[in-house]
Amino acid sequence: MYEVRIDPKRCKGCGLCADFCPRNIYDFSWGSVPVAARSDDCVGCMQCEVKCPELAITVREAAP
Amino acid sequence: MKHNEFIREDRLPTFWCGGCGYGQVMNSITRAFEKAGVTLNDTVLVSGIGCWGHVDSFLKVNAFHGTHGRALAFATGIKLANPELNVVVALGDGDGVTIGGNHFIHACRRNIDLTAILCNNYNYGMTGGQYSSTTPEHSITSTSPYGHIEPGFDICKLAEVSGARYIARSISENVTQTAEYIAEAMSKKGFSFVEVLTPCTTHYGRNNAMKHPPELYRWLKSTVVPAAAAAKMTEDQLRNKFIIGKLYDRPGQDYGTRYRDEIQAKGIEDLAKKE
Repeated sequence: MYEVRIDPKRCKGCGLCADFCPRNIYDFSWGSVPVAARSDDCVGCMQCEVKCPELAITVREAAP
Repeated sequence: MKHNEFIREDRLPTFWCGGCGYGQVMNSITRAFEKAGVTLNDTVLVSGIGCWGHVDSFLKVNAFHGTHGRALAFATGIKLANPELNVVVALGDGDGVTIGGNHFIHACRRNIDLTAILCNNYNYGMTGGQYSSTTPEHSITSTSPYGHIEPGFDICKLAEVSGARYIARSISENVTQTAEYIAEAMSKKGFSFVEVLTPCTTHYGRNNAMKHPPELYRWLKSTVVPAAAAAKMTEDQLRNKFIIGKLYDRPGQDYGTRYRDEIQAKGIEDLAKKE
């Protein structure tokens, strides 16, 4: 289980996290902050955390 | 120090547009700092003008924000005055090789112990997306509305023939890979150069029919070939492609070492060592 947090103050809504996510956990529409709607599917690959240009995403292991 | 400790969190969000690759390169730089084991006191970041020049605002290391195109000239002075410092130079394509092209080739030729990180986004992003010397042929910019007719620079080849010590090229989305190249570049004594291809979403992307950032990232990825794959490709297949990876690593003494050997042999006092 992973917990995905997005800082809405930093996010500029570029959609890269949603595009890069291999498990498609994000709900995203242009001009809005993405929502980690299916975070149960997250495998913790950290692609979104590493590639977010605004350093707005943190992925942490959560207790089940 | 951990990589996120180098970032000034109070200054975030960054000044760059949504989807701009510079945030990723900044992330790579902090990861490289962690890997290289540098501290806030022994590192200087020298930057020029342009969007990428603003990177020093978000990092805690000592910074020198110089004039347009002259970042390498200032960095040369800092390194000669205090050879103990790690001097990292943040250059853009307009800053580093278009306006400051002469400084670039001579910094390579002298082989001064600097680490230059050049972010190439194919245009002058801050001033409205005019073409620079690296803009690819046929692409649309605000000053080439019918398609650019000049061929773009291959900066890594320019650095190689000018005499740089270490050369690598990466794309901004490969954050950990770029961090490895930057850390390796910092460990080399001599002029080390890392070119990072970054997408300019606001100008280059929109002018060239890539409205959303992910489209531009996919296009950028389609224009690069890893060095191992490129070795098996013909010249025709490699036209308009950029080779990414560690491209060049030559042995040789850097300027500072040669200078100190020279003055020691002549028995002259080393002013840089004097406090």
